[in-house]
Amino acid sequence: MRHALLLATGAILIASLPAGCSAPQPWVKPYEREHLADPIMSFDPNPVSNTYLDHAFEVREGARGATGSVGGGCGCN
Amino acid sequence: MAALFVLAGVGRAAVLPDDRADLLWHDWSGGGVTVDGPSILVRKKVTDSLSLAANYYVDMISSASVDVLSSASPYKETRRQGSISADFIHGNTTYSGGYIESNEPDYKARTAFLSVSESMFGDLTTVSFGFTRGWDKVGEDIYPHGYAAGGRMTTWVGDADHRNWQASISQILTRNLLLGINFETDESDGYLQSPYRSARYLAPDGTVQSEPQVTPNTRTGNAGSLQLKYYLPWHAAVDGNYRVYHDTWGILAHTIGAGYTQPVLRSWTLNANVRYYRQSAAVFYSDLFPFEDSQNFMSRDRELAQFHDISYGLGATWQFHPAWPHWLEKGTLNLDYNRMHIAYSDFHDFGRPGGSPAGIPLYGYDAGITQFFISLWY
Repeated sequence: MRHALLLATGAILIASLPAGCSAPQPWVKPYEREHLADPIMSFDPNPVSNTYLDHAFEVREGARGATGSVGGGCGCN
Repeated sequence: MAALFVLAGVGRAAVLPDDRADLLWHDWSGGGVTVDGPSILVRKKVTDSLSLAANYYVDMISSASVDVLSSASPYKETRRQGSISADFIHGNTTYSGGYIESNEPDYKARTAFLSVSESMFGDLTTVSFGFTRGWDKVGEDIYPHGYAAGGRMTTWVGDADHRNWQASISQILTRNLLLGINFETDESDGYLQSPYRSARYLAPDGTVQSEPQVTPNTRTGNAGSLQLKYYLPWHAAVDGNYRVYHDTWGILAHTIGAGYTQPVLRSWTLNANVRYYRQSAAVFYSDLFPFEDSQNFMSRDRELAQFHDISYGLGATWQFHPAWPHWLEKGTLNLDYNRMHIAYSDFHDFGRPGGSPAGIPLYGYDAGITQFFISLWY
């Protein structure tokens, strides 16, 4: 319940931000994003591969989460 | 669940993921365990605003790990997982959802997830919120006549529920620099231990004996990560990442990694990465308890021990443009290999109960992680 309220508050704050003040102008224009659009700049170019590697580490380590991928549970002892 | 939201202001439409299919073969080998199998993903836009994806994944497990050998015989098992997901875009907003089902003889897991992401400030910033809900059913396999004779019987020993909340921001900092920040909270309750593991204690006669593990039936963890990616002027990319994790079981973990991506010639891309992880032990963990029933909660799960691991990886990708069939835009062949070394600070391989703990070194092992996959865009 507490986490749902926290997320909902964050969402409402984000939603109200442009309405309450003028949004900053993009400091990187669309025509300057050629490098950023290069596939080598993707955080997750191969989702299937990255999800598998996250799973392989998560099964053997105590930490989990904040990797960007969503996984199901398993009885991986 | 986070409220859905729509933003006014400067922005361009969100973009659906590319139509693609991936066929991957994965292989883990180390610590007496071999796990391999396929992972197949197919994604396709069905309208201008809706993309669907399906994934089928298999783990074929052959295990003779120290945990297995200390109480049972080597075994083989297969886990199959299927998932479906959808991405829907409306203006600057992307709504995603999906369902994952995992089945193995002694563990069933159902997971549902939803997320919303919004790009803003001229697509410089993307904010995402997500929620994941999991329902697990935990069982224990026994072989009344021995493993070799077959006749497996599964006893269902408990359920585990999971709730995860995710929040992330992706930010373009400069024309060459990207930033990603992720937060995740996960809450689990129910049967959260392995029915096959046992704790060890030092008996009055100086031998190591076993007793049942008892772990708490709730666990809450928080993780935060930061990732940077920088475009180098000779057409390459370097990235770095850091994650911190802490939970109510007392585990504090740090992960730090770095990677380098370099296109070479016309069709090849090489990449290298390194990752270092270390964690402290859970407060109720011990490799060898001082006597039987020494505390309310006791665990000897290696995953809850104090340890560190380091992995190095190399990968190569070859891109091709098939002349046939005409609806294929491009494809890649990929080979990745990671080598992992894990060293425990407080775990020894005592073997079967009844032995002496004297002279046994700390446990560690090396593992190789191989991935070979082909990706097709259409």
